[in-house]
Amino acid sequence: MSDHDYTPTSKVGKWFNDRLPLLTLANHLTDYPTPKNLNYWWTFGGILTFCLITQIVTGLTLAMHYIAHADMAFESVEHIMRDVNYGWLIRYIHANGASMFFLAVYIHIFRSLFYGSYKSPREIIWIIGIIIYLLMMAAAFMGYVLPWGQMSFWGATVITNLFSAIPLVGEGIVTWLWGGYSVDNPTLTRFFTLHYLIPFLILGLVVLHIWALHVPGNNNPVGIDIKKPSKDTVPFHPYIVIKDGFALLMFMIVFAFFVFYSPNILGHADNYIEANPMVTPAHIVPEWYLLPFYAILRSVPDKLLGVVAMLSAILILAVLPWLDTSKIRSAVFRPLYKQFYWILVADVLILGYMGAMPAEGLYLLIARVATAYYFLHFLVILPVLGFKEKTIPVPLSITESVMGGSPNLATARNKESFEKSK
Amino acid sequence: MKNLIKLFYILSFFFLSTASSFSAEKVDYLKTDWSFKGLFGKFDRGSLQRGYQVYTEVCASCHSMKYLSYRNLGEKGGPEFSEAETKAIASSFEVIDGPNADGEMFTRPAKLSDKFVMPYENVKAAQAANGGAYPPDMSVLVKARGGGVDYIYSLLQGYEEAPSGMTLDDGVHYNKYMYGNKIKMSAPLSDGLIEYGDGTEATVEQMSKDVTTFLMWAAEPHLEARHQMGFKAIIYLIILTVLVYFSMKKIWSRVESEV
Amino acid sequence: MSEKKPERRDFLFTASYAVGAVGVGAVVWPLIDQMNPDASVKALASTEVDVSSVKPGNTITVLWRGKPVFIRRRTQEEITEARSVKMEDLIHPEKDEDRAKNPEWLVMLGVCTHLGCVPLNDKGDYDGWFCPCHGSHYDTSGRIRKGPAPLNMEVPKYEFVNANTIKIG
Repeated sequence: MSDHDYTPTSKVGKWFNDRLPLLTLANHLTDYPTPKNLNYWWTFGGILTFCLITQIVTGLTLAMHYIAHADMAFESVEHIMRDVNYGWLIRYIHANGASMFFLAVYIHIFRSLFYGSYKSPREIIWIIGIIIYLLMMAAAFMGYVLPWGQMSFWGATVITNLFSAIPLVGEGIVTWLWGGYSVDNPTLTRFFTLHYLIPFLILGLVVLHIWALHVPGNNNPVGIDIKKPSKDTVPFHPYIVIKDGFALLMFMIVFAFFVFYSPNILGHADNYIEANPMVTPAHIVPEWYLLPFYAILRSVPDKLLGVVAMLSAILILAVLPWLDTSKIRSAVFRPLYKQFYWILVADVLILGYMGAMPAEGLYLLIARVATAYYFLHFLVILPVLGFKEKTIPVPLSITESVMGGSPNLATARNKESFEKSK
Repeated sequence: MKNLIKLFYILSFFFLSTASSFSAEKVDYLKTDWSFKGLFGKFDRGSLQRGYQVYTEVCASCHSMKYLSYRNLGEKGGPEFSEAETKAIASSFEVIDGPNADGEMFTRPAKLSDKFVMPYENVKAAQAANGGAYPPDMSVLVKARGGGVDYIYSLLQGYEEAPSGMTLDDGVHYNKYMYGNKIKMSAPLSDGLIEYGDGTEATVEQMSKDVTTFLMWAAEPHLEARHQMGFKAIIYLIILTVLVYFSMKKIWSRVESEV
Repeated sequence: MSEKKPERRDFLFTASYAVGAVGVGAVVWPLIDQMNPDASVKALASTEVDVSSVKPGNTITVLWRGKPVFIRRRTQEEITEARSVKMEDLIHPEKDEDRAKNPEWLVMLGVCTHLGCVPLNDKGDYDGWFCPCHGSHYDTSGRIRKGPAPLNMEVPKYEFVNANTIKIG
């Protein structure tokens, strides 16, 4: 790669760089050729990095005051809210930051689904992303347990109990997870430890995620391969840095509205009631970002199969690059896929809404239909579409697509179909 | 542009569904103006002080407020009693301290640094004294109920005759706004029950409003600071966004000009 | 590339950086301040002690900000002894009048200024305190007379709120 030829300008810089090539890395990141036609859906990677750092920093400062013991956890959170300087601010940023983190990750994932960013040669980036997503869910679930409210306790009970569905070893695994015969102090202390650990695992995976991305380079809205650097690319700094910065600021305004004016709207009132093993809340619900999976879990009447369905719903994403048989990446040129994409979006939103409702009557019926459709989309619709769909011709270059058609387009198209027919 | 509209729909779905997902019954709560709501919401100092009086004279005999300290009553953003008043309030309560040099526990008047004294030693004692029902601690009660301040305000005024056909066990009362309509607490308020220090007429509605305002502060003592900081933060972010937007346009103009 | 009004272009970028820096500072401050003593700790910053039961010649030890405080009601001999010491004889010269405004009462942090041990009462060669850790001797005014400690035992801020009560801190 040509950027390995970078030489630092200062003597000290060169001395250091010869021993640890951080300046070469910085230069690579700065010059990194990025497609110039990226739209705002591409800014969410940068936004996610901001979210991760925010959660780590606020989490660290909260951990200086939080006490991970069943008898003191709830009180320590109230102590943070009332007595610690700016404690209320740090706590509300952390709690709402988790929701913002998931909002951003869903937009980021759905961007990839629309533009085919998961397709070859970016399968590994995508799979690392799925692993990051799984770790996010684990971290968020355990983090929600820490305040030791009613939802903390009962959400932990319900979800850890799922493991008992595993034949033969299930009960043993649950006892092992709990460190006791029910969710109690040992569970809390280990969840705190793991909750502290996972963000750093995510950080490592994010480095791999970006590294893997930098091999082929970014996908782009028209989904065509481009040469880099070229007329079709711009250096990451300052073009993408400033654009990501602008998008991040808009994101922060939304974030600020939640933190300062509606800090509890995304949470559940029951979590301001101290955990009580004797009293189960009327409706146990996870945080909003886990609702679609909760709906899938409850759709299946069998306990084990429900767990399998829930896990499959996530793991099926990992094999998406091979399920989607279409040679065209971007939905811009796949009119049929585009419609099914929006139906999927609606399906996931419906699943989310059903996850918040009691699992009975009409709600349960809708959840079951939506669950079936979810799997239908990935297992049937996508593979079939790849073969059957008539796609729109893809432009030959980004500049062409930006300029809206060049005189050479007709010739190029003829050449394309000529090449194909050979 | 189309994508922006789609995003708007997704976000509105997101916001609307969260707001409605947890209301147990579709009951219309009694409405009143809460001075602390809205972007510039602040507490009515007088209401907070009256609300504290209602809490102490009516509720505190059964309901603890264990996460509050007496010094909170004098701190900025709350009832803001003077230091002398706060000390007087504190010292009117007895707390257990010790052990002393003889190894015994003893009682002493409360200090500013002490937490609010609890009416019962523990949850079981509270239940035993209240027919098996635990009068919930009120420190974060407003946040622990989906209906929030409107729910509490309505519940205090919601005691009515049970509708015909509904039988109530001993010690259970009908309340129009309570989740499930059955509540073990008898109507705690009645007109003229207490005499307000500032001379305001103590109607049930007035006391309900004042004590609910007090409970809102008890649950969110930094509400005013939060609103003020939020206003500054959002104005700041808007200014910076505008600056960065124009910087971005300036930088990207170099690209278009090369094509 | 044209030289389009470079001043205005630079101003925009400079302004963005400057406003951005303000934000970074505003964000950093709460993260640092949260480590400062919180409200519940600051509420215990001062403590009131009832000294009505302390007889002359006796010392009580109370906890203040997590450290022991010696409150001694001195006898007339102890006061006279403290006041008659010459400044040249002191390792850390300090007048007893400055250490005990009310001569009958001596209030000081019971922490040896050498390495922080708690000295023992009514011991040592100077009728005051003796620190067993490394052998520092303090006199009836709590001043270091012999041994490795460099300073006299610290006198905190205190006042008599009434005849029977001392408020420390």
